[in-house]
Amino acid sequence: MQRIIDHPVLGPLPEVKMVRIIVDGESLMAREGEMIAAALIATGKKYFRKTVKTHEPRGIYCGIGRCTDCVMTVNGIPNVRTCVTPVEEGMVIETQMGYGVWKQEQ
Amino acid sequence: MEEREVVVIGAGPAGLSAALEAARAGAHVLLVDENSKPGGQLFKQIHKFFGSHEHRAGVRGIDIGTQLLEEAERLDIEVWLDAEACGIFNTTDVWIVRNKEKSVTVRAKRIILATGAVENSVNFPGWSLPGVMGAGAAQTMINLHRVLPGQKILMVGSGNVGIIVSYQLLQAGADVKAVVEAAPRLGGYGVHTAKVRRAGVPFYTSHTVLEARGTDHVESATIVQLDDKWKPIPGTEKELDVDTICIAAGLTPLVELAFAAGCEPLYSPLLGGMVPWHDRSMATSIPTIYLAGDISGVEEASTAMEEGRMAGLSAAYSLGYVDRETYAVGFDAAEKRMLALRSGMFGQKRRDAKAAIVGHSRG
Repeated sequence: MQRIIDHPVLGPLPEVKMVRIIVDGESLMAREGEMIAAALIATGKKYFRKTVKTHEPRGIYCGIGRCTDCVMTVNGIPNVRTCVTPVEEGMVIETQMGYGVWKQEQ
Repeated sequence: MEEREVVVIGAGPAGLSAALEAARAGAHVLLVDENSKPGGQLFKQIHKFFGSHEHRAGVRGIDIGTQLLEEAERLDIEVWLDAEACGIFNTTDVWIVRNKEKSVTVRAKRIILATGAVENSVNFPGWSLPGVMGAGAAQTMINLHRVLPGQKILMVGSGNVGIIVSYQLLQAGADVKAVVEAAPRLGGYGVHTAKVRRAGVPFYTSHTVLEARGTDHVESATIVQLDDKWKPIPGTEKELDVDTICIAAGLTPLVELAFAAGCEPLYSPLLGGMVPWHDRSMATSIPTIYLAGDISGVEEASTAMEEGRMAGLSAAYSLGYVDRETYAVGFDAAEKRMLALRSGMFGQKRRDAKAAIVGHSRG
């Protein structure tokens, strides 16, 4: 739950532009282009959603967009796979309860 | 409808190699990948590869990935990223959704499926808690995204993935509290296992994870010794202070597109489960559809690249792009390198399992 600043093989963490994201109403900084899941893990967020029936917490499992365990509501759209969706300036990210609620007219 | 000669689905090591080989032979190739960056899982493999010089042994996966991408650019291969292949119709028509908004169907003379594989899970109480994740997922987080998913790690599985990721977690600054292996013997290559051992990580053979505990995230885990019938031995439970449990329990081929298209399936437990039947040239039971890499049976990146070359060359040859002799020379060379990778005490079983697929007479 921290960024890897120095790495023996990969070297220092490259400097990139930071973007502002809103996570459950809180304003946080993320590295431009990084996946939402990575940004949230870096901030120490423990779980990304709660299940429909038993409200159990869930986080990442496969990290490559296959298992859909890490889905959250992003810019009003539920069930977005956070491990394969990059952050964007001003993105609104919410911990998803159950199936989530559509907040954006499509 | 758009038309292309060869459509390759998946831009990992297998798909990139297939696309390069088909393009070199002269075919017009379209390479599609659902991710926003090509390379598949190559760019998280920061270790040096195995094999001999011709397999680029000693070169790190990330550097191989960069070389493949540069070559694809030189050959002017058309690449669609953020392009999800959702289905194959009439053995030739690939339905692709681009950028999550535009539906396109591409008619292909040949399709090469290089969709890869997904990590298996292991079920135990608490297995769905955040903090329990695939070892490959942890590897993606540390090496690609440069974030540590946790500080105190329990690794479940001592095969190559478990051992290499354990080492890379140490490199990233995490504390690997233990590696457990259900079998009585460790499963990975000795050279990496020794590195993790030297770092002081305890190994527990004939052990598995019994339970993960925590409220919103893993806070601890219990491991237990197994008897010779793989049953937990009461009284041998050990409590570990961990916040992350990585599961390295093998992978399953991503076969959905192949089976939905009607490719004949075959069961190969050693290679990850159900795989599409294929012949030596990597063609499936549908002559227009070829395979390369983990979808045809889970191995590793070096074999995936050779299979990619074999599939790409075979597809181009079937379209008349190379003459018989050129094909035979190129294919045999790739196959020979491949068989060298499938030798030794780890490779022979995979070689036998592959031979069983190719040799299986279709019903």
